[in-house]
Amino acid sequence: MARIEAEVGKPQGGFMKWIDDRFPFTETMKYHATEYYASKNFNWWYIFGVLAFVVLAIQLVTGIFLTMNYKPAAAEAFASVEYIMRDVEWGWLIRYMHSTGASFFFIVVYLHMFRAMLYGSYKKPRELIWIIGMMIFFVLMAEGFAGYLLPWGQMSYWGAQVIISLFGAIPGIGEGLVEIIRGDYSISDITLNRFFALHVIVLPLALIGLVFVHIVALHEVGSNNPDGVELKEQKGADGVPLDGIAFHPYHTSKDLVGIIVFLMIFSSVVFFAPDMGGYFLEHANFEPANLTATPEHIAPVWYFTPFYAILRAVPDKLWGFILFVLAVLLPVFLPWLDRARVKSIRYRGWIYKSALAIFVVTFLVLGWLGTMPAEDIYVLAARIFSAIYFAFFLLMPYYTTIDKTKPVPDRVVYHG
Amino acid sequence: MNEDDVDRIDRNRRHFLTVATAVTGVVGVGFAAIPFLSSLKPSARAQALGAPVEVPIGSLQPGEMIRVLWRGRLVFVLRRSEEMLARLPESLADLRDPDSEVIEQQPDYTANETRSVNPEFLVVEGSCTHLGCAPLEDFEVRPAENWGGGFFCPCHGSKFDLAGRVYKGVPAPTNLRVPPHRFVRDDLILIGQDTGAA
Amino acid sequence: MDRLKVLRRVAAVAVLFVAAEGFASGSGAELQPANIDPGNISSLQRGARNFMNYCSGCHSAQYVRYNTIGKYLELSEEQLVDNLMFNAEKTFDTIQASMPADDAARWYGTAPPDLSLMARAKGSDYIYNFLKGFYLDPDSPTGVDNLVLEGTSMPHVLWELQGFQNAVFSEHTADGGTAHEFDGMEQVTTGMLDAEDYDEFVRDTVNFLAYIAEPIRSERRKLGVWVLMYLIVFLVIAAMLKKQIWKDVN
Repeated sequence: MARIEAEVGKPQGGFMKWIDDRFPFTETMKYHATEYYASKNFNWWYIFGVLAFVVLAIQLVTGIFLTMNYKPAAAEAFASVEYIMRDVEWGWLIRYMHSTGASFFFIVVYLHMFRAMLYGSYKKPRELIWIIGMMIFFVLMAEGFAGYLLPWGQMSYWGAQVIISLFGAIPGIGEGLVEIIRGDYSISDITLNRFFALHVIVLPLALIGLVFVHIVALHEVGSNNPDGVELKEQKGADGVPLDGIAFHPYHTSKDLVGIIVFLMIFSSVVFFAPDMGGYFLEHANFEPANLTATPEHIAPVWYFTPFYAILRAVPDKLWGFILFVLAVLLPVFLPWLDRARVKSIRYRGWIYKSALAIFVVTFLVLGWLGTMPAEDIYVLAARIFSAIYFAFFLLMPYYTTIDKTKPVPDRVVYHG
Repeated sequence: MNEDDVDRIDRNRRHFLTVATAVTGVVGVGFAAIPFLSSLKPSARAQALGAPVEVPIGSLQPGEMIRVLWRGRLVFVLRRSEEMLARLPESLADLRDPDSEVIEQQPDYTANETRSVNPEFLVVEGSCTHLGCAPLEDFEVRPAENWGGGFFCPCHGSKFDLAGRVYKGVPAPTNLRVPPHRFVRDDLILIGQDTGAA
Repeated sequence: MDRLKVLRRVAAVAVLFVAAEGFASGSGAELQPANIDPGNISSLQRGARNFMNYCSGCHSAQYVRYNTIGKYLELSEEQLVDNLMFNAEKTFDTIQASMPADDAARWYGTAPPDLSLMARAKGSDYIYNFLKGFYLDPDSPTGVDNLVLEGTSMPHVLWELQGFQNAVFSEHTADGGTAHEFDGMEQVTTGMLDAEDYDEFVRDTVNFLAYIAEPIRSERRKLGVWVLMYLIVFLVIAAMLKKQIWKDVN
């Protein structure tokens, strides 16, 4: 203490020391960047965490600028979006970045989750990182859902109608719950207003908080790697993991390349196909909400369709809802469902490899089925693939136990 | 080439590439900032709503004033009587900028003795140059107070004469602003546009 | 690293984007392609004229400002005022219908929809086929029905140009039920335009509707090229830096 008092007003050892005596700046930079060691054999699957962060930043910045011109009122919302698209200088770009960013958030997060499944990143000691990650995913779903109502187009309105009605399936409290969500007897101006509050304040705050905790937890235990080897078990004399390289400048310089490639893909959509054939911006949403007519073809945005397909596959409102919730929740339990002794797909046996491949196909097919009309053949297919979806998780404790794994090396595999 | 040379070349090359990447990145961020900052400017709708306004003045009697809004800003249109015009030169010595030398406060064509296109009609923004309050008109002549009529701001006591010129010794720094305007006809003023004016 | 593989992947993604700009047609009816040419300014000018003369009586385009159109269509202010602005006084006004929406709703049963975004909501092909798809139907209050939108309350506004036509259906019995199949149109009265000119008239109009649905379209594509060019340069520099820095690791 006495030391600090003596230095007040006249920094010794430069500006950084003055700061560091009062705020752990250099220490934080070291801990999280220049002396945070992550494996040198990361492949490109490891880019999606950083990309999710980039998309979050894009969404926050564009979102702030959108709120400056958007009006969360049923009578004005649709027109205010067109106002942004036409009258506000560059408003179209900001809006397209935000709508494209929404879809890319899910693309990136789904791939990030898949990476964790490839290399067993959710396994001990990273269970908590995975659980926080799943919470981020839930908040993101809520964020996407609330945001989708805001343009007040036909799809906004009827999509929200369908999803909110889901909660009515809960016995006893369902109807009351639905009224509390809507704040009215139908989706109305009031609903729009509160969804706006959720979308721009509550959920983003939760998202930022969870992302922060996600990264703190990650940096506490250290990043996994494609071999699933614990780096900290092989340290050199200087205490640095033998296979670890500093996040900065090594991973940052590599991530920058990944970010630029991502921005190229992102820009291609923003500038050349912002509708993405009706998947990122749905055609029916270019018509203002019409409370008297449902669009003939109603489906949620693509990122919800795998779960929506499961919901629709069940011919019972309550059970449909239960399975829908289960389907979303089940991945939370992966750290305990997966009994394999190895983490990485590289050292797993053919059973898990096949199961994961089938799961990926199942998820994609369910996503596609969710966009199709609820006709016989599609419903039947949705039932089959829903069964496979659940089997992947529920049978996991069994098939990961009997699967023949290969021995894991002590050091990561790296060919310069 | 020995090891040291390789090292040195690498270090130079690395330094160069680091700077090049940083510069390219900053340039990119700079360009990306343009749309966001530009979006803060008045939009096409604001421009449409801020379009010039027509003010019919045919029925305005000498000594009468009307208030109109242009771009949401208060504008006074005062038809000065002969007597009012005659009083204008009287207080020149008490004014801070009697010759309208602060050029931002009026278009060129009104930088004259009456601060107007047509001496009879004064067109000024009803926004005190101190902190933007709306001045009140006070056209009563009170020789005892050395007041020849003009505008008085209730917020902080700034005073202006019948040409919107600020008096000395008050908080307002400059004369009331004259908006761009022109006479479409003798009895019609267009406020907000001055093409082909004066 | 296998460069060829990377290149191939990039190409595949590029193809995907080109495909994604189109309108994924989901509805059952086969639509003839509108084949509009968004870059053809004179087509857009004709389309604007058609729109103002034949559509704007009943339909608004309430998000579109005249001066935006005028600038893009390379019209002088005078041309804009004389040729297009029948319902408006100021060039920055938006396009409103001459007929009040309430009256329209009373007369036609539904208010004619705003057309600002119709081309994005329904697709250009849909509107093209809709405007060509009116046929005589004595049971309908307007005397016509439409092939694309059955039971439409819109009358055949363009009858003077196209004339009236009959739709020829044939009945097929299959799987125990009867299905109607559209075989083609049969001209009943002739209009001022022959079939080819009418197609051209509709194409111009649809082109204009597609333009007002997203006036920024051509600008965003142009800008996109610059953005991608910048990113390619940035990518090259960043990749070189990465390679240089990673020399330590290897």
